[in-house]
Parts: sequence; C-alpha cells; structure tokens
Amino acid sequence: MNIVVCIKQVPGTTEIQIHPETNTLVREGVESIINPFDTYALEEGVRLRERFGGKVTVTTMGPPQADTALREAISLGADEAVLFSDRVFAGSDTWATAYVLSRGLTKMGGYDLVILGKQTLDGDTGQVGPGLAEMLKLPFVAYVSRIDDIQDGRIRVQRMVEEGYETFEIQLPAIITVVKEINVPRVPSLRGSMKAKTAQVPVWSAEEMGVDPDKAGIAGSPTRVVRIFFPKRERKSEMLTGTLEEQVSALADRLGETV
Amino acid sequence: MAIHIDAEKCTGCGSCVGVCPFGLIEVIDDLAVIKEGCNLCGACKDVCGFEAIVIEQVEQEASEGYSGVWVFAEQRGGNLKAVSFELVTEGRKLADKLGTHLAAVCLGHNVNAVDQLIAYGADKVYLADDPALADHQEDYYTSLLVDLVREYRPEIMLAGATAMGRSFIPRVASILHTGLTADCTGLDIDPETSLLLQTRPTFGGNVMATIMCQAKRPQMSTVRPHVFKKGTPDQQRNGEVVKVDFNKEAVTARTKMLEFVEDLSEKVKLDDAEIIVSGGRGLGGPDNFAIVKELADALGAAVGSSRPPVDEGWIPYSHQVGQTGKTVCPKVYIACGISGSVQHMAGMQTSEVIVAINEDPNAPIFEIATYGIVGDLFKVLPMLTAKLNNSRG
Repeated sequence: MNIVVCIKQVPGTTEIQIHPETNTLVREGVESIINPFDTYALEEGVRLRERFGGKVTVTTMGPPQADTALREAISLGADEAVLFSDRVFAGSDTWATAYVLSRGLTKMGGYDLVILGKQTLDGDTGQVGPGLAEMLKLPFVAYVSRIDDIQDGRIRVQRMVEEGYETFEIQLPAIITVVKEINVPRVPSLRGSMKAKTAQVPVWSAEEMGVDPDKAGIAGSPTRVVRIFFPKRERKSEMLTGTLEEQVSALADRLGETV
Repeated sequence: MAIHIDAEKCTGCGSCVGVCPFGLIEVIDDLAVIKEGCNLCGACKDVCGFEAIVIEQVEQEASEGYSGVWVFAEQRGGNLKAVSFELVTEGRKLADKLGTHLAAVCLGHNVNAVDQLIAYGADKVYLADDPALADHQEDYYTSLLVDLVREYRPEIMLAGATAMGRSFIPRVASILHTGLTADCTGLDIDPETSLLLQTRPTFGGNVMATIMCQAKRPQMSTVRPHVFKKGTPDQQRNGEVVKVDFNKEAVTARTKMLEFVEDLSEKVKLDDAEIIVSGGRGLGGPDNFAIVKELADALGAAVGSSRPPVDEGWIPYSHQVGQTGKTVCPKVYIACGISGSVQHMAGMQTSEVIVAINEDPNAPIFEIATYGIVGDLFKVLPMLTAKLNNSRG
C-alpha cells in the first residue's frame, strides 16, 4: 500500500505567551512541532504499512525549516519525505494550501490512501483535508476514529459524529482525516532517529509541481486576514468566600440565576 | 510583496516592530524591513505615525449577480439541529443590515417542522426531500449544495461547524473556489464595503483574527453551536418553502454508510449541552467521575473531561474538551479538579459562565473563572449536588 501523510509544522502553543506590557505575542524561543493531530495520522499510516506492506511518504507545504518536522516524521516511521517549499506558497489560506498539496500529490502519483490530521493547532480550521479531497477528486471521510479493514480495494472506517459513530466503506484511492481516538503514536526509535539524520528530503518548487502562482500564496487565497487583535478578557471573576458550606450555597444561588 | 515600506517616510522609530503578531519586522539602518511570511493583517500600518507602511488593496470583484444570505440548516434523523435556528437568527441580522433576503437550505428526507426556519427569520426555505438524502451522504450533499449556489447565487452562506458541517462544507467551498472561514465567533457587515467580517480565534484563543473574502462569492463561514443564541420564533412570519429536486443518478456516491451507532451512554451530548461539568486530574481515578456525573445529572448537564483523565483511560475520548478534543461553548462550564492548561482553556474559554473548583488557589483556571471555589472537590461536589437536588423540593 502506498500511503501519503500530509503534515504541518506549527508553533508549540504551550509557548505562546502574551507580553504583559506590549500585548503582543512573544515569539522568541517558540519551538516548532509536528501538529499533534498529524502524529496520529502518521502513526496510522505506519501501522497500515506494518499490516499490509508498502510505504509511507510524509509531505508538508512549508518554509525550509519544515524539513525538521519531516525528519521527525521519518524517525517516527515514515519511509520517505518530500518538502513542498517555495516563496510563492507563503501566506496561503486553506484553499491555496489544498491546491498546492494537490499539485504535489499529483506529481507524486501512485498513492492508495492519503491521511491527514483532523485540524491544526494554529489555523484550527480542518479545511485542508476536505479541500484536498475535492482537488484530487478522491472519496473522502472526515474524523475517522478507526480503520476496520482494507479488502478488494475498499477501506472500511468508523468515524465520529456528535451523536455516535458511523461506519463507512470507500473505494481506494481515498483520503481521510483522523481524530486522536484512532491510536496512540509511538515514540521515535533509535533506528528511526538515525534514518532521519541521513535521509534525503527533496524540496519541490512551485515550478516543478506545476503550481499556478495565481492560485497559491496570498495571491491565490480567497480569504484574507484584515485585522488581528488580542481579546479583552472581560470576565468578572469572583472567588467565593466563607465556609465551604457558604461558598457552595452561594454558587448554587448563582447557578440558579443563570440556568 | 503586497506590503512595502515607503523609505522616504519611515524614520526607523520601530513602533511597528513589537506590534507584528508574527515578529516579522526589523529595523535595519533606520529603516523598517518586513520579512517574508506577512499575511497583510495591517497591525503595523495601524500604529505607524508616518504612514510609511503601504498595503496594496485587493481589487474587489463586484458581487454582481450575487445577493442574499443563506443558512445551511442541518438536520439529523428528520429533526433540525439547534444550530440551524441559531444561524437563521444571526443570518437575519446580517440580511437586514444588507437589506437583502435570508434563505435556509435543508437537505434530507421527511424533515419535521421546516416552517420553523421561517418563524425564526428565513424568507425562503429551499427544501430537497428524497430518501437518498436521509443518511446525509456527503457526495450528494456537496453536489446538491454546489448546484443550488450556482443557480441562486447567494452572497453569504453560513453553516454549523458540526462534524458534518466541517466535513462537506469545505468541499463545497473548494469546488466553488471561494473563501471559507471556520469556527467564527463573530459576524458583521463592514459598512464601507458591505462585505462580511468574519472573526475567529486563533492560537488557542489567544489571538483573534478578522477575515474577509473580498473577491470570491459566496463568502462562507462555519459557526459552532451555541456561539450565537437563537431568537424568538414568530409564527405569524410569512415565507416560502421551495421544493428542490434531487436526481441521485447524476451524482456518483463514492462513500457508502454501512451503519450508524448512536452513543446512548450519555443522556446529554457534550456538543449540544447548555451546561457541562468536567473532571480533571484532580479526580484521582476513574471511579470518581461518579460524583461529576451526579452533579451533571442534578443540572441536566453533559459530562466533560480534560486531557489527563482521557489519557489515563478513566473516561472515553469523546468526553475530552480542549485543543486536541472538543471545543465547547455552553452557558455554564464547571471545571472540577482541572488546573487549566492553555490547551484545555482553548476548548472552553468562550463559555458564558465558568466555574472552577480546585484545591490549588494558583491554578490558572481561576484566571478565567466567573466563580471560583478553592476547596476539596470531593467535599464541594456532593454538597453542591445535594443543595441543587434539595432546592428542587
């Protein structure tokens, strides 16, 4: 089975602090990590390879330093990695990102299953997976919580909805996004880490990928951020006082008022 | 780049440097330099006292031929979801500001009380009723909604950011090559341009972004349940239900739903709950979720969890609230034995009322709590449950 996992390098948000005086984001020393939901996607890809044979290729659209994330993915079990990187990609919204990824995957060809994480920590939209499915014209299921079986070129999956679970069967090649429930990702192996150090990670440019610059980056993004601001924390905070009984009583009253 | 510094006006004062949320500005030789990666948010331009920062304006394609606000009214099992009415209420306000009409689109089979969409503010309901649409087969839904948009050309489309909404609406936006903004917490009309202003949290809620879709139509947004409140229905309101045909032979359905298993274990579902009681590491073990459940029962609430209990296996992942779990926006969120990590708060900080119960007075959760009790949750929760049950009489 030829599996492609698309990941994103994101800032580790534990580090995102607001500078108390200037009210701006503190960016120094913010480490970059593989988007957590993507680690579940990668793990699932590796498990499928262990079960059915084949290979796992991990890709990302990003600046040159995204190479680190790809190498980390190799240490976690991916066989190969490709970095889609070009200045023309910078500032892409989800439509433009899905477009660029689709060009990369089309150039790659020959895949059976494309796996992404449910959403990213920074953008948090969850839109690239479905967008990519449309660009590649692949059948798609979101929020997969379990892969049951692959047989006769069809994959059976379970996915999470608010009210419970649905089981789907789709024809390969296909694309899915996965949720955390699907597995517990492994830690890097020693062999994986060594492989990651020496791996060749090719970088594909816009031209090599046949990317139309009008459809990528800021130029290709239908949405645009027009304003950024820091939310005022206007919440009135009341620490209840008195004996525990009095505090609980006060809380019950306040809840009674609200509900 | 679409942004540049006018070297003649820039004095190198550096006011812009600290304001860039992405840290992309440096002053070199008394001139501000903007590095690559700028996404034109304009924060720097706003603070420049010398008008030295120039951002190219995007040519605005006229919204010619596009008019109207649409709401995708989601239903399951023939019943319209609450978020559909919340969005019709909000959509009505937007339509009024634009002086245009509001329509709801409903796809399904034997959907009940569709006229209520009119009562809540829609002027029209486009209703496609077909047995093939009963199971919300997303290939059908995507194709049908795209066809409707192409035929009727709304300028704005809103949809709930539910599992279904987040899965097929992006496909619709992709085919239409238009902009979609996910999980909006604020919607408004820009008085100058009449464009939709879409505000949403990023970076776990620490930074808010306002987004516009200037050159493409429809401008699409998804909104989480309970972010907007539904209004009061007016049964005297007039409107039209327009029947839409669906020809399933024209669409290839490539995913087949084999089975739907309803999660009956929870009386109140987390995603729709008005009140949520959540437990954290402070509970100490799986059995102690019992006192959380008792309080939840007394309040008619759903049970939630922070990440550690889920990782420990004390409670299933479907209860997890936070960055890698669910984002919720209930009226009341009660956090018990939860310290309040940034990741957990990202999943619940927009709740109307937050109650925190924790032994540690320095727990970060108290910073966002409306009401806080520093105390032993094993005493507080049973006491609170008893009080609430007694006051029922």
